[in-house]
Amino acid sequence: MGELIGTWIGALLTLCIFSFLYRDNPFFRFAESLFAGVSLGYYVGIVAVNTLAPNLFQPLFGNFGENWDLLIPLLLGINLYTRFIPSIAWLARLSLAAYIAYYVGINMVQKLQGEVVPQIGSTILHPIGGSLTPVDNLIMIVGVLSVLIYFYFSIEHKAAVGVVSRVGIWFLMLGFGAAFGYTVMARVSLLIGRMNYLFIDTVRVTSQHLS
Amino acid sequence: MFWKLRLPLIITFFVGIVPIVSFFLTERVPGVSFARDTVERYMIIIAGFALLLGVVNVIQGNVRKIERRAPGWPFAISLLAGLIIMGSFGLLSAFRVGPFQGILTAPDGGDTPFFWMTRNLFNPLQAAMFSLLAFYIASAAFRAFRVRNLEATILLLAAFLVMLGRTPLGEYVFSWLPGGERWLPAATDWIMAVPNAAAQRGIIIGAALGAASLSLRVILGIERSYLGMREK
Repeated sequence: MGELIGTWIGALLTLCIFSFLYRDNPFFRFAESLFAGVSLGYYVGIVAVNTLAPNLFQPLFGNFGENWDLLIPLLLGINLYTRFIPSIAWLARLSLAAYIAYYVGINMVQKLQGEVVPQIGSTILHPIGGSLTPVDNLIMIVGVLSVLIYFYFSIEHKAAVGVVSRVGIWFLMLGFGAAFGYTVMARVSLLIGRMNYLFIDTVRVTSQHLS
Repeated sequence: MFWKLRLPLIITFFVGIVPIVSFFLTERVPGVSFARDTVERYMIIIAGFALLLGVVNVIQGNVRKIERRAPGWPFAISLLAGLIIMGSFGLLSAFRVGPFQGILTAPDGGDTPFFWMTRNLFNPLQAAMFSLLAFYIASAAFRAFRVRNLEATILLLAAFLVMLGRTPLGEYVFSWLPGGERWLPAATDWIMAVPNAAAQRGIIIGAALGAASLSLRVILGIERSYLGMREK
């Protein structure tokens, strides 16, 4: 019975969302706000299950003697919420500073070591004999350099720099076109999935429960 | 002044250099790997609390909306109802309170309330919301792809070839040409592997350099907007 009710709720909510194709209406706005609430609730559950329970509460309450130091992140975490009390709102900055600093530090290393160096290496290290033909490699090098020059705003895009940045725009347009094509296909694929849900899954589950 | 302004910047500097120093010195200097692991363990927990901070903001904003009977306030009720019911099931399942044992599967093998809501509310709503864009992307495509100049033409051609080359329809449409069923996928593969990859690489390198320089500005205390302070 739970499957039948759940499938019908899903089907009705899908129709509520699709009602926006006619125009903005209360059914769509109900489904939209419910989606926002349920999404947040979902992430609350996921954060609790994957982060807070295994890393904080289970070790802390399971073996306090060995994990008492976890009181430090617990207090720093709770301290983030002092921002809602105006008189001591500045205290939240201490936790925020530690949290932001750690992740920007990680981000800096990851971006440089994990993206910049490998991408430059893949572009210029094997101009002949890699997985691409020499002509394709040349196009690749020209494309990467011209796109980078297009994004370099410290010099005016005039004369030779202007020409190279124009070539960069062409490469970017090719990239955006390909990305757009993939986005269209992904959205249409989702739409097909929703239609299958409405016209196949809902009918199948309903007929199973009625027979 | 020190507690409110200087101390957060000092914390930022010393915590921010931990992952950078540990990247270079982990195996060589004793204590660095312990410091990195400890800070990492702590930060995962603080990140969990930080994510939930947004939830408190949403609750505050919507409760205020209901209190003031602002336009559309009944929809704030449905938002809060979804958040509270789903969030409560998630929290109760996470901490295994009473009958809520487990997040996905109950001890009897059935679905937990959290998973039931995920399957029958969250998943259909998410998929329907994103699939709705399939309709609007068509009108967006019409506006973006009008052949007005060389750049728009390149965009149009790339999207056209990728869409046709990645679907059976494309092969079917061009099958009457000699080798037509082969050259279209080959052209699509080439676009994806060479010019598209070049553009993506340029974007990735540029964005990564920008992100790394922003990280450095934060660690050195030049960028302070995340603390609600003005830039130095």
